[in-house]
Amino acid sequence: MSANQILSTQPNPTEGSKKMLIAMVGIGVICALLIVLSYEGTKERIEILKAEALEKAVFKVVPGISKTRIFELTAEGTFVLSDGKDRSKTLVYAGYDDSDAFKGIAIEASGQGYADILRILYGYDPEEQTVVGFYVLESKETPGLGDKIEKDEDFLSNFKALTVALTEDLSKIQNPVVPVKSGLKKNPWEVDGITGATISSRAIGNIIGESSAKMIPLIYSQKETFISAANPNSK
Amino acid sequence: MFSKTLHISTSPHIRQGMSTDMIMRNVVYAMLPLVVFSVVSFGLNALLVIITAVASSVLTEHALCRWSGKSSTVSDWSAVITGILLGLTLPPIFPLWMTFLGGVVSIAIGKFVFGGLGSNAFNPALVGRAFLQAAFPVAITTWHPSFLEGRFYSISKSVAAFPFSTPVVDGISGATPLSAFKFDKVTADTADLAFGFISGSTGETSAVLIILGGIYLAVRKMMNWRIPVAILTTVFVLSWILHIIDNQVYPSPEFMLFSGGLMLGAVFMATDMVGSPITPRGVVVYGVFIGLIVVVIRIWGGLPEGVMYAILLGNALTPHIDNLIRPRVYGTKKTKS
Amino acid sequence: MTPTKTTDLKADPSSTDEFIKGLWRENPVFVQVLGMCPTLAVSNSAINALAMGLATAFVLIMSNVLVSSLRNFIPKQVRIASYILIIATFVTMVDYAIQAISVDLHKNLGAFISLIVVNCLILSRAEAFASKNTIGKSALDALGMGLGFVFALFCLGAVREILGNASIFGITVFPESFQEWIIMILPAGGFFTLAFWLFLFNNYKLKKAKA
Repeated sequence: MSANQILSTQPNPTEGSKKMLIAMVGIGVICALLIVLSYEGTKERIEILKAEALEKAVFKVVPGISKTRIFELTAEGTFVLSDGKDRSKTLVYAGYDDSDAFKGIAIEASGQGYADILRILYGYDPEEQTVVGFYVLESKETPGLGDKIEKDEDFLSNFKALTVALTEDLSKIQNPVVPVKSGLKKNPWEVDGITGATISSRAIGNIIGESSAKMIPLIYSQKETFISAANPNSK
Repeated sequence: MFSKTLHISTSPHIRQGMSTDMIMRNVVYAMLPLVVFSVVSFGLNALLVIITAVASSVLTEHALCRWSGKSSTVSDWSAVITGILLGLTLPPIFPLWMTFLGGVVSIAIGKFVFGGLGSNAFNPALVGRAFLQAAFPVAITTWHPSFLEGRFYSISKSVAAFPFSTPVVDGISGATPLSAFKFDKVTADTADLAFGFISGSTGETSAVLIILGGIYLAVRKMMNWRIPVAILTTVFVLSWILHIIDNQVYPSPEFMLFSGGLMLGAVFMATDMVGSPITPRGVVVYGVFIGLIVVVIRIWGGLPEGVMYAILLGNALTPHIDNLIRPRVYGTKKTKS
Repeated sequence: MTPTKTTDLKADPSSTDEFIKGLWRENPVFVQVLGMCPTLAVSNSAINALAMGLATAFVLIMSNVLVSSLRNFIPKQVRIASYILIIATFVTMVDYAIQAISVDLHKNLGAFISLIVVNCLILSRAEAFASKNTIGKSALDALGMGLGFVFALFCLGAVREILGNASIFGITVFPESFQEWIIMILPAGGFFTLAFWLFLFNNYKLKKAKA
């Protein structure tokens, strides 16, 4: 209606352009204002929720802890405290119990599953030199088949005590974690597969195998870093 | 069909010697040895699965025809074929209630919503099977060894599962040669594969009987022999090349040819007259495409078997093949389309 | 527009009709078949469907009101760009709001929240209705359409969750031995369920038209 009138009775083109410019800028300003307002309004709560979700997962894979601190892996292979916001870094989460004793560490790892990239978290106890817990952070595996990796009791019990002991010179893992066919697990470093979810369960075994081969020697050699970070003044 | 009165008409004079129901009946004859062999190797379970599939297909066809106020098309035998084919592609201890559902989906969604026989874009039996594969992935990959003791008088608990309940597997399950290859890199003996002394879907195990059925239909000119030949040649050549490149990773061409549902699919499903191209050249393109997809899915895909998806994709491609490859009309110049 | 059975409501019949039509007669999913992307993608459980429906309804109402109130101010040549800008703003707000409510829900809905921007339902209401009608009517229209969308998504989500996961809103409804139809929570199940509801809807309308 009115838009049509403007178009038809337009005396000169610059007048029209000006009007368009004003309209777009005006709307842009209103929109920007609304977005900033809602961002500021929700920011705090979103951060709390995200941290909570992650903490819940860390607590699941490292039993008996009550708080966690985030570390990132630097290019030189050392671990430094981090705020965990830079998602491109490799992050690990050290867990401590009530008396600030270092109990274990949760390591994030990912790899190709059946449907898409699988993101998992697994817990490592340097004292026992075993993997002590496992949790799927992100998976798009087929419901009813591949998603058994999250639910199958027998499969999950693989990760209650999975040996990742180091060789004597601490340079690598003595027996790398390997997936085996369902029911054929003979050694404590093997991951028993699931019938009907062969590819997904094998993918988990491989992801942990690959990640642990790289991360665990590094973590073990820097145990002191994590122990001493238990009670820093920063928080 | 034939009246005794003399017909007088202008040209062209077309005499239709073969009617739909006659062709369909012969396809059923060609499949009967497969049904018998599946009962011999898998026993009562396979018989019940196939009977249920046929019964549910025929019942659905009849009910839908009645409901939409048409005369029943059950007598053209096509629903029977769909039922037998569906039954032959299912594992021998597939629960009967799921089999029944598969028959209903085959006819209702695979055929009837498109407008009945002749209008369906996809092979109805494969539509039903694809539905079952997506709906019940566990049950449809629960295989059963063939030639078990007592197979003629005992029924598996899984087959008799109460409608809508999860089937219970009695403990005996056997991997198919293809899944054994995919997950454990073990290939089976070619002679066992050819004669059917292996585990698999009810009707896919005996390659020899499938080929004999195909030859029968081809000789009687009721099947386009170019389709299975094109598919099987493509699979053979491709897997042969791969086998030469690396015989540790890629299975032998004989294994690829005789294992899984390739024979059954190539001879009885890809040749479905409704879903395949019309021209001889189009048919070859169609066959090569299916063979290519089969090899790609089997070798590089996540699933052990890909014949079903390959044929469904081939069906989807058919209208385009027919559109692109048209014979030149006699007396005209070739036009660029 | 002819007021149908809504005349017993006390309000002005024509404006009540703007509200009622979106719920049933011009239901965005079952009649107009608009906004199929979220309809098929995130209706795999009742809670996802409801959340997606409400998010879309919120964006629809807010953008309709804003577009309608600015309708004399926006020049014709840049109207689509302006609408998209307005819609995108509200989508961003909803995105933050859902993250603040539940991280899990936000993860389930994933990219489909952002995709509300290009939901044809919202743009079509802005272009076809809000840009030509008063603020009040536009708000009622958006409310009706939005609730109609929620209703349709819920119909799909409920069926898919019951058959595909044997539960509704996460509460198990079938005994342990029930075999889930996995296909129903896969994308293919969305198509089947939508087809089923469209069939029921059209069948009902045909029968009513005949009677």
